[in-house]
Amino acid sequence: MSMENHGHGHHHEHHESHGHHDDHHHEESFVSKYIFSMDHKTISRQFLVTAVIMAVLAMLMSILFRLQLAWPGEKFAFINFFLGDKWGKDGILEPGMYMALVTIHGTIMVFMVLTGGLSGTFSNLLIPYQIGARDMASGFLNMLSYWFFFLSSIVMLSAFFIETGPASGGWTVYPPLSALPQAMEGSKMGMTLWLVSMTFFIVSSLLGGLNYIVTIINLRTKGMTMTRLPLTIWAFFITAILGVLSFPVLLSAALLLIFDRSFGTSFYLSDIYIGGQALEQTGGSPILYQHLFWFLGHPEVYIIILPALGLTSEIISVNARKPIFGYRAMIGSLMAIGFLSFIVWGHHMFITGMNPFLGSVFVFTTLLIAIPSAVKAFNYITTLWKGNIQFTPAMLFAIGLVSTFISGGLTGIILADSALDIPIHDTYFVVAHFHIVMGVSAILGMLAGVYHWFPKMFLRHMNKKLGYIHFWLTFVSAYGVFFPMHFLGLAGVPRRYYSNSAFPMFDNLVDINILITCFAILGACAQLLFLFNFFYSMFRGPKSEQNPWGANTLEWTTPMAHTHGNWPGQLPVVHRWPYDYSKPGKERDFVPQTIPLADGEVDGGGH
Amino acid sequence: MIKFLVYVAIILTVLAIGYLVRVFELASSLKGKKQEEITEKDNRLMSRIMLTFLFALFIFVIYNLKSFGSRLLPIAASEHGVTLDWLFDVNMAIIWVVFIITHVLLFTFAFKYYGRKDNVATYFPHNNKLELIWTIIPAIVLAFIVIYGIRTWAAITADPDPKSMVIELYAKQFDWTARYAGKDNKLGEADYKRITSTNDLGMDTLSHEGADDIIVKNEFHIPVGKEVEFKFRSRDVIHSAYFPHFRAQMNCVPGMVTVLHFTPTITTAEMRKRPEVIKLVAGINEIRKERGEKPYEFDYLLLCNKICGNSHYNMQMMIVVDTQADYDKWIASKKPFLAPATAEVKTPEASAAVAENKAPEAAKTEEHKHQ
Repeated sequence: MSMENHGHGHHHEHHESHGHHDDHHHEESFVSKYIFSMDHKTISRQFLVTAVIMAVLAMLMSILFRLQLAWPGEKFAFINFFLGDKWGKDGILEPGMYMALVTIHGTIMVFMVLTGGLSGTFSNLLIPYQIGARDMASGFLNMLSYWFFFLSSIVMLSAFFIETGPASGGWTVYPPLSALPQAMEGSKMGMTLWLVSMTFFIVSSLLGGLNYIVTIINLRTKGMTMTRLPLTIWAFFITAILGVLSFPVLLSAALLLIFDRSFGTSFYLSDIYIGGQALEQTGGSPILYQHLFWFLGHPEVYIIILPALGLTSEIISVNARKPIFGYRAMIGSLMAIGFLSFIVWGHHMFITGMNPFLGSVFVFTTLLIAIPSAVKAFNYITTLWKGNIQFTPAMLFAIGLVSTFISGGLTGIILADSALDIPIHDTYFVVAHFHIVMGVSAILGMLAGVYHWFPKMFLRHMNKKLGYIHFWLTFVSAYGVFFPMHFLGLAGVPRRYYSNSAFPMFDNLVDINILITCFAILGACAQLLFLFNFFYSMFRGPKSEQNPWGANTLEWTTPMAHTHGNWPGQLPVVHRWPYDYSKPGKERDFVPQTIPLADGEVDGGGH
Repeated sequence: MIKFLVYVAIILTVLAIGYLVRVFELASSLKGKKQEEITEKDNRLMSRIMLTFLFALFIFVIYNLKSFGSRLLPIAASEHGVTLDWLFDVNMAIIWVVFIITHVLLFTFAFKYYGRKDNVATYFPHNNKLELIWTIIPAIVLAFIVIYGIRTWAAITADPDPKSMVIELYAKQFDWTARYAGKDNKLGEADYKRITSTNDLGMDTLSHEGADDIIVKNEFHIPVGKEVEFKFRSRDVIHSAYFPHFRAQMNCVPGMVTVLHFTPTITTAEMRKRPEVIKLVAGINEIRKERGEKPYEFDYLLLCNKICGNSHYNMQMMIVVDTQADYDKWIASKKPFLAPATAEVKTPEASAAVAENKAPEAAKTEEHKHQ
């Protein structure tokens, strides 16, 4: 595929002139079609497959350290099998490796799976499709975005193959722990690799994000006004803006950390005595790093959850056969959440010694986020009311997301309250909270997206029954793992402890840890069903028809084939909003966006 | 060899599942059914599981509350801790109400409105009144939460009583050291550059304020009912001084002094006699007996709660809350940093000379005492 065919994208008229470009495209080599492809659909699939593999590895890591937490000191051939004699001697997890697993599990899940994987897969797949564009604004940058992501993933994993092991200071890699190689093994070469990997990741994220923003603003097809965009696109749009504004700050934080580690600067270091000697560095502040980190870190959790909410909005509406309730309120709350996410980072730092008055400001802004979040939750529930719910596997996952988004969000009210945060800060209460609200919810949203758009991505269906079993096992084990965890936190158990056995006061909590690990293993096994279903259906699943779910959005008006430019003829013209489901007076229970309004018909949700 | 067998087993299992699925698919396509189509039967089944899940979730939650709820931290042993626990309960009450309402609605709607063949959903795109209601109600509830939260926070973080007792907690990989401000209630200067093998805290040996400071390891005592102001320093990386029983926590940041104050209200001895603590301890000791471990007795603890290295999980210090009389007795048995005789020396030159000789000794005795 030559650049000309792809380098369209400035004017709609320009598009039209390529209307027949399918006729004159030349044969592509395997490399340009499947490896260095600039097609948004291929890139989307590349992101998805990479993210699935990374997710499997991160999950495996979590099982390894969950075994240690439930049965500390017990010997597991499983642990030795994966970590060998250095880090899993006699099947006992080595403490440094425990920290590394926790760290890399968090990093991979947060960045590679739920940022790169989620946005990369679905923004790439759906933005051109749903706004009626032939591809992303820049196919080349899009390709670079994937390959930087790939490189970043490889570098992150490579740390398992060096002598001192991967970074192990927690996924937030706070200095001075992460800045001083004397402090722990993981702060040596592993930490350097972590920083290099994150730098590549940030590049990838910025290239992708800029592309998404430009494409959404400039390449909407005729009639696709901003208020006719599906909520998926709104979610991707705001997510991309958050990413573009916040990732550079993480890069600056990482850069200063690299300087402190390698060039003797003291941005984050001051008055340190370690390894028998007093360091020269003075005048820096470890708190500075935390401000920079969380200035990204907090928007980051919305970068994770907003796309999942966008996918869910679409899936719930399609499968309830009802318009999403309060379309404009949904857009408004996405914007409000996006804006507020930039002024709440300090709630991660209530007990760092930050000025208490500043703390109370962050309490206020943080709790404000609960309002748009509540609006979203109620709107989802109302969309189900008097629906004609089609329980596709995707719909189950979407409903699951609504449940976990609520239950995880509610405990956020406790943590946002600086006073209540004091005794539970950095305990398992926090771990439970963010796993439910952001981890589980986003994963459920992502899986919902995979089941829903699988026919579009791979032209085939996934197995429904395996999907059902997968959902219920996943959902049950998600609650099974993370609900009891709140109690550990309320009992005062700190997170990132290799073992609680140094504290007899925690002895009576061992059975809770065993319960959690059992559910975690169950959940992991459930994902094997998914993996099988995913790869099997890719090649052997039943072929899908063009619009299997009866949806209104534009992607289902494209032929069931992977053609460049998406639509063989002219680009579709949009006449209505995307949520005309079960509209009275219509023949079918859905009216695709390409169908013109009837005489006197009002568009949209009656606005 | 075992690894190889494991790989083979995994591959065979995947293949087996693959063929099973294939057989089912072929069978259903022979019957003319499209396996991917969502039938009314599917919808009904899933809707019923949805409702079942709602009940199962509530039963699980109740089971958790009943069997784990009694193993949480005992009553708060500090003044502000009691207020915090109350505020926590109020917030939790609100949360439970919202959790129950939303989950009942979500899962009963999913149960009730499952897709039937000839049914059509109600076109209900928006309703300003409803949306206004569920914007305003959460806003009011949150206003309440914010106001109470910030007030409590302001009270906890307000300046300490100037007369409160000053103790420094010094964190390093992987232990804690406590330094009492001594008779003058003023901590002596300390600097990381003065740290030597015998001067662990980098104390200024010339400082008069520091001469009467008392340094202890492993455990430290505080008197009940008296406000204590803690100052935190760290030698190497960030640590976090976590006092779960007192509902207090503060990070220890190298290059900075952070502060925190609270008033303990229950002595260790009283706490051990409280019925809920006796029950808690009995439960723990039953488990320890089974494992053949020494019985456990309740103690207040200081934990590290910020990842600080490989032994992060075992960085602790025991806290004993005494009656004033017991505390006085305990502190009197401790030697000041520089022995009292030398503290009286007035000229800096003289005290420096003495400090050179005495400081190591003082530190040594401290260490020795706690072996």
